[in-house]
Amino acid sequence: MPETVFSRPEALQQVTTHYCPGCTHGVIHRLVGEVVDELGLRERTVGIAPVGCSVLAYNYFATDFHEASHGRAPAVATGVKRARPDLIVFAYQGDGDLASIGMAEIMHCANRGEKVTVVFVNNAIYGMTGGQMAPTTMPGQIATTCPLGRDVSLAGWPIRMAELISTLRTPAFVARASVHAPLYTVNAKAMLKRAFQYQVEGTCFSIVEILSTCPTNWGLPPAEATAWLEDNMLPYYPLGVFKTPGGEDRAPLPLGGRIGASHAK
Amino acid sequence: MAKKLMKGSEAIGEAAVRANCKLFFGYPITPQNEIPEYMSHRLPQVGGTFVQAESEVAASNMIYGAAGTGERVFTSSSSPGISLMAEGISYLAGSELPVVLVNIMRAGPGLGGILPSQADYFQATKGGGHGDYRLLVLAPWSVQEAADLVQDAFDLADFYRNPVMILGDGLIGQMMEPVEFKENRVPCKPLKPKDWAATGCKGDRPTNIINSLFLDPQVLEYHNQKLKAKYDTMSRDEVRFTEYGTGDDYDLLIVAYGTVARVCSTAIEDLREDGIKAAMVRPISLFPFPYEAVRRAAKKAKAVLVVELSCGQMIEDVQLALEGSRPVHFYGRQGGMLASPEEVAQKAKEVLAGTSQEVRHA
Ligand SMILES: Cc1ncc(C[n+]2csc(CCOP(=O)(O)OP(=O)(O)O)c2C)c(N)n1
Repeated sequence: MPETVFSRPEALQQVTTHYCPGCTHGVIHRLVGEVVDELGLRERTVGIAPVGCSVLAYNYFATDFHEASHGRAPAVATGVKRARPDLIVFAYQGDGDLASIGMAEIMHCANRGEKVTVVFVNNAIYGMTGGQMAPTTMPGQIATTCPLGRDVSLAGWPIRMAELISTLRTPAFVARASVHAPLYTVNAKAMLKRAFQYQVEGTCFSIVEILSTCPTNWGLPPAEATAWLEDNMLPYYPLGVFKTPGGEDRAPLPLGGRIGASHAK
Repeated sequence: MAKKLMKGSEAIGEAAVRANCKLFFGYPITPQNEIPEYMSHRLPQVGGTFVQAESEVAASNMIYGAAGTGERVFTSSSSPGISLMAEGISYLAGSELPVVLVNIMRAGPGLGGILPSQADYFQATKGGGHGDYRLLVLAPWSVQEAADLVQDAFDLADFYRNPVMILGDGLIGQMMEPVEFKENRVPCKPLKPKDWAATGCKGDRPTNIINSLFLDPQVLEYHNQKLKAKYDTMSRDEVRFTEYGTGDDYDLLIVAYGTVARVCSTAIEDLREDGIKAAMVRPISLFPFPYEAVRRAAKKAKAVLVVELSCGQMIEDVQLALEGSRPVHFYGRQGGMLASPEEVAQKAKEVLAGTSQEVRHA
């Protein structure tokens, strides 16, 4: 008898996505889907899609969904959760969506301690609109609106959202993870699972920032994009848990050195 | 229930509670602060939730999320705040979500002033946000009517799956009048179960998606046409207005809405004492506008006078209604200044004496 050893999570639709080769949105969708399945939440989960490359997330998840306006997913999530506290609500957002136009909504959602989960995909660029500079674009990184590279004297330094949110006094779970190599991906899933669990228990607001590649708009082949993330983003965006509702100290990800892309080259 | 003396803002809030609305999201702005303040203490009494949003932008998106679950929800604001909600309102209309929005208008543009105005008529009835959409817009002239219209607004919003706006001014919000809430009120529209709501996808039902994105232009065109058909149905079925003195003969027809119409009704009485015959059509629904009623009532009159607390916005709908069949005159006050019955009567006399200049488009 053949045995199924690997299948699509029930929380994902049986469809192919529109994401570019080498983009990690698909991986992150899958991790969220697995976590929703493992916690048995599919039938009471409502997702909020952002404006950005993942705008069509509502076609990829097999859960009820809202499509939000650009940056406002945390406000929409607030509305859903306050109306129906029994639902499990997650917002899925890009870095332009969350850290630029939606800065106010994410900070206040976190500060009110809304019992929702935010999956924050940081690919250091505006993917959907064609590679413009994001608040998270790295110093010197070329984007279509900073053709000479991000000049920090004019555009400021990239915003570290996990750190910023973790300064709030309100209890929360705040972590940063990455999915550029399998070991990191395993950790990212563990972070997402904790984030959803806190919501299930009604404990606190939770957010997992996940570093992501954008080969198309970075102008790199997928393998090189992975290496670029490891070389440029990891040092600036440290991985780990930044805040827990119990207030324990920050725990850096117990993974050192280069174990991802450099080996894939 | 016996009549109770209530401030307009409180009556609006209480009406929402009576309409079984348990959710309010909003941001403070004068002159409507008494509405969120009332909701913040009243909603917890009925097991509801009040959230002070970080901005009107957020508030408009919170009501979007809440309405998507099928629960009744409302927000209130005043002019600059409604401008900030414009994108959210467009999404609400595009996603066909039922919400009730209250705009207690203040004078603009910009930060303007905090006193009563009717200068958001265009914004409320012609768009405000982007894209082809309409709000159902209702304008009360008394505290009782505000309370009644708010309750109807929830039924209308649910029936049409469309945002409904209550357009008032600072006077409606601030004045105190007797109000009666009827027990066992019957909804003004039949209400269907909200099987479209995003409440968790049980079993193998297809997912419910609250959405206004249609990347395929043909599909979006169908969506636009479906919305248009809905607005056409509203235009056919939801026109509301009252007439004042149209049963008698008259030479002048006044068209005014909201609290200004009350001023005009006093002016009409004063004019009658002076032997001048005037009547009034008062639109209650601003979208849909009572074109036919204005057209019909104008037939008996020599001229039409539009009175507004703006530089003239509803007058364009009156002109559309009349199709040039009667001269149209305008009297307006702006900036938060009010029109007095004497001023309106004076203008009416000038119109009939031929010393007022008709409003014409070059
Ligand atoms: C109000 C508004 N402003 C701008 C846009 C255009 N827009 C769409 S997606 C986007 C950026 C998305 O970038 P990000 O959030 O980083 O997500 P990614 O596409 O990289 O996943 C912008 C600016 C919009 N849709 N709405």
